[in-house]
Amino acid sequence: MRLKHLALATASLASLASLAVVSLGAAPLPSLQEGKVIKIVSSLPRTGSANAQTTTMVNGIRMAIDEVGGKVDGFDIAYEDWDDASPQKGNWDPQVEAQNANKAVKDQSIVGYIGTFNSGASKISMPVLNKEGLVMVSPANTYPGLTKPGTGEKNEPKVYRPSGKINYFRVVPTDDLQGSVAAEWAKELGAKKVFILHDRELYGKGIADVFQKHGKEIGLEVVGYEGIDSKAANYKSLVTKIASTGAELVYFGGTTQNNAGQIAKDLRAGGVQAPFMVPDGCFETAFIEASGAENLNGKTYITFGGLPADKLTGKGAEFREAYIKKYGTEPEAYAVYGYEAARVLLDAIDRAEKKDRESIRAAVAATKSFVGALGTWSFDENGDTTNRVMSGQTVKDGKFEFVKVLGGSN
Amino acid sequence: MELDVQYLLQQLVNGLSNGMISALIAIGYTMVYGIIELINWAHGDLCMLGAFFALTLIGALGIGAWSGPMAAFGVVILLLATAGFCGSLNLIVDRFAYRPLRRAPKLTLLVTAIGVSFIFVNLGLFWGGLPMTVFGEGNAAAAPKNFPAIVPATPILGGEPGQVTLTVRDLMIAGVTMPLMVGLWWLVRHTKLGKAMRAVAQNPTAASLMGINTDRVIGATFFIGGALGGFGSVIYAINNGTIGFQLGYRAGMDAFTAAVLGGIGSLPGAVLGGLLIGVARSLSDGYLEARWTPTLVFTILILILVFRPSGLLGLKSKEKV
Repeated sequence: MRLKHLALATASLASLASLAVVSLGAAPLPSLQEGKVIKIVSSLPRTGSANAQTTTMVNGIRMAIDEVGGKVDGFDIAYEDWDDASPQKGNWDPQVEAQNANKAVKDQSIVGYIGTFNSGASKISMPVLNKEGLVMVSPANTYPGLTKPGTGEKNEPKVYRPSGKINYFRVVPTDDLQGSVAAEWAKELGAKKVFILHDRELYGKGIADVFQKHGKEIGLEVVGYEGIDSKAANYKSLVTKIASTGAELVYFGGTTQNNAGQIAKDLRAGGVQAPFMVPDGCFETAFIEASGAENLNGKTYITFGGLPADKLTGKGAEFREAYIKKYGTEPEAYAVYGYEAARVLLDAIDRAEKKDRESIRAAVAATKSFVGALGTWSFDENGDTTNRVMSGQTVKDGKFEFVKVLGGSN
Repeated sequence: MELDVQYLLQQLVNGLSNGMISALIAIGYTMVYGIIELINWAHGDLCMLGAFFALTLIGALGIGAWSGPMAAFGVVILLLATAGFCGSLNLIVDRFAYRPLRRAPKLTLLVTAIGVSFIFVNLGLFWGGLPMTVFGEGNAAAAPKNFPAIVPATPILGGEPGQVTLTVRDLMIAGVTMPLMVGLWWLVRHTKLGKAMRAVAQNPTAASLMGINTDRVIGATFFIGGALGGFGSVIYAINNGTIGFQLGYRAGMDAFTAAVLGGIGSLPGAVLGGLLIGVARSLSDGYLEARWTPTLVFTILILILVFRPSGLLGLKSKEKV
């Protein structure tokens, strides 16, 4: 079997390559000297439907760097905007994310990695960066298992931390909070029977699971729970099934890229008028475009693990003002998280005594009572933000409209 | 679950209407395979470009705002123009990509088709990024695009909970698909061109010795297959209401599976395969769980191919188109 040999050869080549990476990285890390340039990179899906979100995130990062004049403690900050998506997928691509992570650890001038957007992508880059002690700040990952023991798979999050140290931090609240907040909101809206769908991905399924678990706890009846085929042409048959259960609310744990818009469309075309609730993976204008506003208006609810830009106060309001002034458009929901991730990283670089990876990692971990655009918060022992404010939105006249603050801070 | 007749019938309606669209696209695969034994990988992506063409046309002519009889007229314009577009594009591809390779090994042709498929996908990505009314700012090229609901999903039968519902869209699908299939059958069986196509399928060399211009006949086959794909892409887009540059892969895969199931090279086989797969998907979504659907479809395919390697209606003889 020639094919088999070829596959074996490729596999052994690949393992050789990874060995090479490891041994390269094992060399002692030189501490960077004053006057030198230090680099920050971001790894976000720039190709595909997440582009609108990630563009404003990158803008946010750039603004944070510009704010300090591109200099921290005498060091010039260079920033590179990397893409972890491929046109074939139109979405983040595991291979590209792995390449980015390997490229980042090899370049010793890189001291901070902002990313990723999708939780699944972080699963890939976290262990790679962790081995080399390169600090990673995610502006958007919400899968709890990445940081919180006992919330994901058994070996999570240990499996992402081969060195034993924590190098991964995030400035957004996690899904276990968002899923339960959504279930509570559904109950508040008067739904008793809920049908839960998910896109079978880390983010979507994770959030749907929490919704289901917490929903049952607070007395919702779960009349259906299914993983969808996210590439299907339509969901007519599924909608017929949903209609037959008499569900009073349909929850979809998933993203715009995984066909949230098609589900919304098919629900309405199939005569299901029950409210449709989605998590923040759909909190982007692309979701409204894909669904057709008439299918969403007034009966769609979106939870978001934070506050929309125009509800921000203090430093956040200043950020929004500056953003509109600079780019002429309202920042998308995640822009401020990009900004915050970059700011907290720059702050840590400033505080770090030596500008090497380990000192900067330790400085990020030591972030306490940080006065940021999202309020005053700290990183906890898992690397999670202590900020827990979430918000609920609806769609009105083809636009997202803020309804209320959910969850509250605690 | 006790047998709920209304529920079952509704799922059959869903399945048949999706299946007819697959069948229309499947014919494009089966015709080309029948005549030059090429699995035209680019066919699904050709349909994707057809959907983009239709959406662009809607934007250019403002068809989205038409209603009533005008909307019906709009659909006819879309169908004909898109069929012409896809047919011509397929003809051009045949002329410049496949015809020079007529005498090359079949594998070369297949790899070329995969290449054409990549070109189409990237054209679709580029197309979706052009700023225009229907695509918005064009800054999210890969994002799914909303296709206006020109044909409403208004029920013409049922519509109340507990009734089997048949919508105007279901009617449109049947109304477009069935005449086309009958027409195609008539064309292949009863016209001079059809006779020539069958002759080329049987033996190209002998056919050309008999004075048949094989290149022209093959070109005509590509045109017709592409045009049917064009019709398919318009009803696909109207029915689903969302298009994206990646829809071709999935739509093509479903249709290709249908063609293989029915017996690739056989026209009635493609139709039968499309309907069967549509119904199987729908029943699986309805009675099992949605996540098992792709598994079930391919299990059926494998089982049928084990017992009937040439597909349900595939013939062992050389007569294909």
